[in-house]
Amino acid sequence: MSTSIVSTPRAGKPLWQRLPIISHYRMSAGLQRGMLVAGLVLTCIFVLAAALAPLIAPYGHAQISDASGNFPTQAPPGGRFLWGTTVGGFDVFSRTLWGAQTAFAVIVIAVAFSIFLGVILGLVSGYLGGWLDRIMVVLADAIYAFPSLLLAIVMSIVISQGQSSLWGGVMAAAISITVVFIPQYFRVIRAETVRLKAEPFVESAKVVGASSGRIMFKHIFRNATRTLPLIFTLNASEALLTLAGLGFLGFGIEPTAASEWGFDLNRAMSDATSGIWWTGVFPGAAIVLTVLGLTLVGESMNDLADPRLRLRRKAKNRGGKATA
Amino acid sequence: MAITTELAEEPSALPGPTTKPTKAGGSFARYLVTRFLLIFPTIFILVTLVFFLMRITGDPITAALGGRLTPGQLAERIAEAGYDRPVMVQYFEYLGQVFTGNFGRTISDNRAVTEVLLTYGSATAELAFNSLLIALLIGIPFGLLSAKLRDRWPDAMLRVFAILCYATPVFFAGLLLKLIFGVWLGWLPIAGRAGINAELSLTRLQNPSGIYLLDALRSGNMEAASDVIQHAILPAVALGLLTAGVFLRLVRTNVIGTLGREYVEAGRSRGVSEYRLLTKHAYRPALIPIITVMGLQIALLLGGAVLTETTFEWKGLGFMLAQYLTARDFVAVQGIVVLLAVIVALTNFIVDIVAALIDPRVRF
Repeated sequence: MSTSIVSTPRAGKPLWQRLPIISHYRMSAGLQRGMLVAGLVLTCIFVLAAALAPLIAPYGHAQISDASGNFPTQAPPGGRFLWGTTVGGFDVFSRTLWGAQTAFAVIVIAVAFSIFLGVILGLVSGYLGGWLDRIMVVLADAIYAFPSLLLAIVMSIVISQGQSSLWGGVMAAAISITVVFIPQYFRVIRAETVRLKAEPFVESAKVVGASSGRIMFKHIFRNATRTLPLIFTLNASEALLTLAGLGFLGFGIEPTAASEWGFDLNRAMSDATSGIWWTGVFPGAAIVLTVLGLTLVGESMNDLADPRLRLRRKAKNRGGKATA
Repeated sequence: MAITTELAEEPSALPGPTTKPTKAGGSFARYLVTRFLLIFPTIFILVTLVFFLMRITGDPITAALGGRLTPGQLAERIAEAGYDRPVMVQYFEYLGQVFTGNFGRTISDNRAVTEVLLTYGSATAELAFNSLLIALLIGIPFGLLSAKLRDRWPDAMLRVFAILCYATPVFFAGLLLKLIFGVWLGWLPIAGRAGINAELSLTRLQNPSGIYLLDALRSGNMEAASDVIQHAILPAVALGLLTAGVFLRLVRTNVIGTLGREYVEAGRSRGVSEYRLLTKHAYRPALIPIITVMGLQIALLLGGAVLTETTFEWKGLGFMLAQYLTARDFVAVQGIVVLLAVIVALTNFIVDIVAALIDPRVRF
């Protein structure tokens, strides 16, 4: 019931006001609006950094020399190297920017894959029921109970033996994360499907003679997927954390193929012992701020979707419209 | 995250009176048995899944030693270990071995996987316990505070803090802690489980438990005990903060739910102090979802332990897992992963039982 308030105020509002983020923004007030806006700003910075990395980054992600010779190693921030250089002579600022690109690619691919597969499996399993459904539920529960990082490690061994090129690495990380997430989407969509299956409009579609496929993908799909934007944002942040974890254990993308924040942090660990902070703090802060942004957006959407948690505008501001 | 919180909300949102089962003892015993039997399919599926996934990549010998041996030597080793037989035969053999507690021998350093598990398991258990303690010490009081001051600025700050806890990867938190408390302030050691002297004196003990603090206290070596505690602080805080955020949010959501109930209002009208209302009346019933989610957190905690141990060179299962991963020793990896999965399944069972003991409504 809570979800119907979010995305289906069909009554006459223009399309742009019904889009997920915008409708949430219009609903929010006070602190909640602050959190939503802060999250949106951080997320935008992340997306912009990913999109504009080729323009902003002064050097390539694996560049260790230019016309004036080799880069200094472990140079402190300042001068030519805004955030310093690493022990290998990489420019930290450039690598952090390029890392946003890798992270963005992995998040988008992982979440797209897991939504696609999770939704299909959930719909089919929930609608058809029977032994297939039972097996799927047991499987999904078993995977769900598994420590997600371990599963991602196993998957990345399967896919790439743990090391690979840029796109190979991105795909391996994305698929590993996908496997971890499918059960979550599966559970949500299946539960909704089972509930919707008993609704009169499905009965009537059956009576009219619609095929199972049509009922699943037309009638139930539209209704079961309302909570997806919320899960999407929350899983995006989890995907990034899993990617960083994989990279930290050395199971991500080769440093020469692409820049990856988790891997950079792994390298920075030994620097920290000798007090060199810049190699670790910048990529680490990039992870934290990106996850923070995505989580704040997701959290706010979650709170706004639930009337019990939603803050109301003060009555004097908007009068009766506030509860709309 | 949101999914766990939502799950947690459900029990507290259940309307209606607490219906006590008519035959309390009998139904609980039945629940216990059914729930216990349910562990086996879970473990079975996980073992099967891990086994076949790891085998898709080829045999473990080639993976670990591929570059170092000639094809002839490789084939010999493969035949010796039985990896040239049909995969189904190997699978059933592996199932049988796991059932009897035999996980095979590691390839890189030729130790029994069971021995590795026993040697390093205690360190991981110690770390997990310490960080769970820290998580509860931070999560519960601050969660209560946050619920009490709902939607005021301390609540907003605490919620951002909770999200920050979750948003910070353990290894980055570890790096910052190391930098601040280890390198710059020089207060705490930054790696390992104990200093050299303490480590030596502890390994010389008769049948040690492997949990350093216990061993040090038992042998009456106070110097070693304080050394061990100093080493334990940073890793425990790094991993504890990760879960502390989850607990804080959980306590907050659930206590907000119970604070709105009529019986709290009734208590207030009888003159029960606000403090008591919060810590007894509202907090107690909110405990059930908290315990349930605590069980789910074990999986997160173990995953985090792998990263924390690598960060702090804490020689536990996670540290060894990372080592074996680098060495491409997939027999060892498989053993550790299966064991961790079994631990998660068992914890979930225990958590469900505890929840059922506290709340009779759970046993349907």
